[in-house]
Order: sequence, then structure tokens, then C-alpha cells
Amino acid sequence: MTPTLTISRLTKRFGDVEALKAVSLTLEAGRRAALLGHNGAGKSTMMKIILGLIPYDGGEVSVCGSSPGSSSARAAVAYLPENVAFHPALTGEEQLRYYLSLRGESPRQAMELLSRVGLAHAARRRIGTYSKGMRQRVGLAQTLIGKPRLLVLDEPTSGLDPVSRRDFYDLLDGLSAEGTAILLSSHVLTEVEARTDRILILSGGALVAEGTLADLRARAALPVALLVRPAPGRAPALVSAFPEASAGGDGLLRLSCAQAEKLPLLARISALGGEVADLDVIPPSLEDIYSHFSRRDGQ
Amino acid sequence: MNRILATAVSEFRIAFRNRWVSIATGMMVLFALVLAAAGAAPTGDVGVDRLSVTVASLTSLAVYLVPLLALLMSFDAVAGEVERGTLPLLLTYPVSRLEILLGKLLAHLAILALAVTLGYGAAALVAVWSDPGAVAGLASLWRLIWTSVALGATFLGAGYALSALARRPSGAAGLAIALWLAAVVLYDLALLALIVTDSGGVFTTHALPVALLANPADAFRVFNLSAAEAVAAAGGIGGAARAIPLWQSAASLLVWPLAAIALAVAAFRKVTP
Repeated sequence: MTPTLTISRLTKRFGDVEALKAVSLTLEAGRRAALLGHNGAGKSTMMKIILGLIPYDGGEVSVCGSSPGSSSARAAVAYLPENVAFHPALTGEEQLRYYLSLRGESPRQAMELLSRVGLAHAARRRIGTYSKGMRQRVGLAQTLIGKPRLLVLDEPTSGLDPVSRRDFYDLLDGLSAEGTAILLSSHVLTEVEARTDRILILSGGALVAEGTLADLRARAALPVALLVRPAPGRAPALVSAFPEASAGGDGLLRLSCAQAEKLPLLARISALGGEVADLDVIPPSLEDIYSHFSRRDGQ
Repeated sequence: MNRILATAVSEFRIAFRNRWVSIATGMMVLFALVLAAAGAAPTGDVGVDRLSVTVASLTSLAVYLVPLLALLMSFDAVAGEVERGTLPLLLTYPVSRLEILLGKLLAHLAILALAVTLGYGAAALVAVWSDPGAVAGLASLWRLIWTSVALGATFLGAGYALSALARRPSGAAGLAIALWLAAVVLYDLALLALIVTDSGGVFTTHALPVALLANPADAFRVFNLSAAEAVAAAGGIGGAARAIPLWQSAASLLVWPLAAIALAVAAFRKVTP
């Protein structure tokens, strides 16, 4: 099956600045990919190119088999911009009726779409009176119009509270189960972790890492931290048993080791028996992995 | 076609909520009634019906007011979408830029048509009420209405083009006012100055008709005045107006809107969101 989105060696310049450097990626139907990167890493630029909003300088982009921005590509792609905005004088329902008509769908679906994002109660109020989170939901509702084959979401959960975020990812799960490919960017790494199939890290316009979280974790090979709480009065004995450990002011001993040495180290600690009151193993966080990849290019 | 209509409905709603419909209609009705009242004095002895006299005065009013209203409604069309941040999302929809502009044009033209019909209609009612013979002038009233809509379409298109070129509402507003001053006020002043210095020479006989046809506002005036031949009292460039065949000023009135819209679409295509 041909992928929904294929990008090969995509290059984009703004004057002297190379915003995207030979970026390649494919996204199959029903897959969810998260695009991570600092501000200015090229995420929004890449999304705008996929949508056909801005031209590119080199490489190839194919959206559902067509060139980006062509009418067949636009019919198959839905977009949620960062900080989505609407005309403040229209009501949520009127705005959605307009978008439905533009996609050739019946405007009567507007209320149903608004209830799917929990906005039915405000449908007849002007968007000018909405909060940022409510506008974001209108933006989300318009992406659900007529089964899109590709969803491009730029920071979709900004402005949403934690419960709405969970509802939002539930909606995405439903869409991807029906075959919609989803490309989203986010700053909130922990939510991306559980709800996407693949993570792409952009840094300075280049794709520096790509894979599942487990892949990236293994490739980064960041050290694991262990926190050991000595049994009462046994701290000096532990310090002499682990001279490499650093003692914190909280009475805990901090150890750090490579992934491969984790089990032998645990064995050493458990061999001490009653000297140890408690033990925590802290794997490298998503933030650690992210900064490992995104700073590799001297960022 | 559906997408153009949907855009027009949405734009009309926005203009209605922003009170553009009431502002445009109110302005036209108010000025038309003032003119009708002011023009009530010199009738009976000109040998024409009251309505034709009213239409002649309305023509001089419309030549200033219609372009102004059209520019006021259109300068925000593209620049406003850019500033609000609504343009990128709209352009990812399966709708062409031409369709977007035609939808806006349809809505704004409807508002303009409503405003001039109600405005001129009010003045016409006053004329017919005081002189039942004025119904003879209905043809010239109808002519004034459709030419006003054509003139409005030209300046709406020009306003969209300026809006797309400026990309910021404040800049677009400045350009729109500059265009209005240049096309409607300064152009005629310059022609007048040239006529005076030329005193019936080559300019007046050859260049002036072309210069009048080249400006949609002058073509509008020339068409309405020469169509209503009876109204010699209108003065100003009435003399020159008669030298230009009717079909030429009509052609100018109809070609200008198309040119303005083409210009607007070309400028809009250059806007990258």
C-alpha cells in the first residue's frame, strides 16, 4: 500500500537560513507520528509545505499520491494550525457550517461535530466570546469534517486542560483506527509518549532521530539513575560500599550507570540486604532523550 | 458555485454583524434624501420630470459615495484574514483563491446594491410624491442603479487588490483612501486644469474623451449624463460627455470590474500565508 504521506530529501530556505535540510519521512494510513523540536526547528515550516501553503526548494513531497496544495490533496487533508483563529463575529455553528460547505458536506452536521468536541452548549455564541480552549475545540471539530486521510495538527493540545487532552487523544485514536494518518507536533512530551506510534525529532531543520520511544531510548543509551535510601544508621557503610555514589543532602545515595550495567548494579545493592531501606530506579525521562537528540548538533 | 455561495453567505453575515449593511444603507438613504430635498426648488421650468433631475444630482453623489463605500468594505478582505490568522486554515480547504474573492464580491455587491436601491429609491419616492409625472424618469433611475453596482464592483475589486498587496489592514486602509482621492477627486481636478490651460485645443478634443473613459468614475458620470440627454443642467463635464458615444462609456463601466477582479486575484495569488 502506498503511504499517505511521502517526503524525500525535502529542503527549504528562507534567504540564507536553511529551514529544512534534506528531510525524509513516510507516514502510512492509520499511523500516528509526533513531530518534536524547539521553536524554529522547522516543524511548522514542514507542515505548511505538506499543506501546500508555502513552496519548497528541493526534494519531493507526495500527499495521498498528489502534489501538496493540489485540489485532490486539499480534499484529503485536514489541518489544525497553531493558535487557530476564526472570525469573531461568527458563531461556532456558523463557522462550521461554512467549512462543511467548502468541503461539499451537508452543513447540517455542524451541531453533531460541535457536540463531538463538547461545544454544543456554546454553538450559538459568537466565537469572539470563546476562551482559547474553546477556539481550539472549534479548530479540532473542523478537522473531523468528512473523513480526512491525513490530519496535520500543529500543537493541537495547547490551551486544552488535561481532561480535554485525553478526550482529544481518544478522538485521534478513533480516527487512526479508521485509517487516517496523523502528523502532530507537540511540546508536551509525556502525552506524545503514550498516544503516538512514532516520534520524529527535528533540530535545526534536520531530522535527527526517528523511531518508537523504545528505539530512541535504546539509541540514546542514556544512563539510568538509582536512588538508594540506607537503613537507619547504615549510611556510612553504604558510602564505603559504593564510593562512586554521590550523597545528597536528603540522606539518599545517587548512583548512575549505563543500561547494560543496571542489573549487575542491582544485584550488588540487593546483596547488602538489611543495610538498604529502599531503592528507586529512574530511567531517563522523555525530556532527557529529547534533549540528547535535539542538542547533538551543537544547538 | 456552492463554495462561492457559502463564502458569500458567511461574508454577508459578517458584514451584517459589523453593521456595514446598516452603515452603507443609512449613508445612501440620508444623502439621497438630502439631495432630493435640496433639488426640490428648481423644477417645473427645466422641461424635464422631477425624477430625472433627482437622478442627475444622485449621479454626482454616487460618483463619490459608491467608490468610498466599496473601498471601505473591501480593504480588510485579505489583509484582515492575514492579521486575524484565519487565512492559512482557509487556504488548506478545497477552495480556490478566485472562489474566495468571488464569494466576498458577491456579498459586498449585494450590500451595495441594497444600499443604492434603498437610497435612490427613497429619493425617487420623494420625487414621484411631489410630481406624479416623474415616473417618466424610472428608466434613468434603473440605469443609475445598475451602473452604481458596476462602479462599486470596480472599486471592490481594487480594494481587494490593495488589501492583498498591503497585507496589513492599516496599510490597506491608507492605500484605499489614496486610491479614492486619486481616482475620484484629483483625477477630475487635473483634467479640469488641463482643459483650462488647453482652452479648446488638441487635449480637449482628442485626449479628454480617452481620459474620461479610462477612469471608471468618470465613465460612470459620462454614461449617466449622456444617457439622460435632457439633463443639460448638470453642467461640469456634461459638454464633453455628449461627445462620447454611449456604448463606449458603457463598455468602460463593464470592462473595469473584470479588470479590477483580475488584478485582485493576481495580487491575492502572491500572498503566502
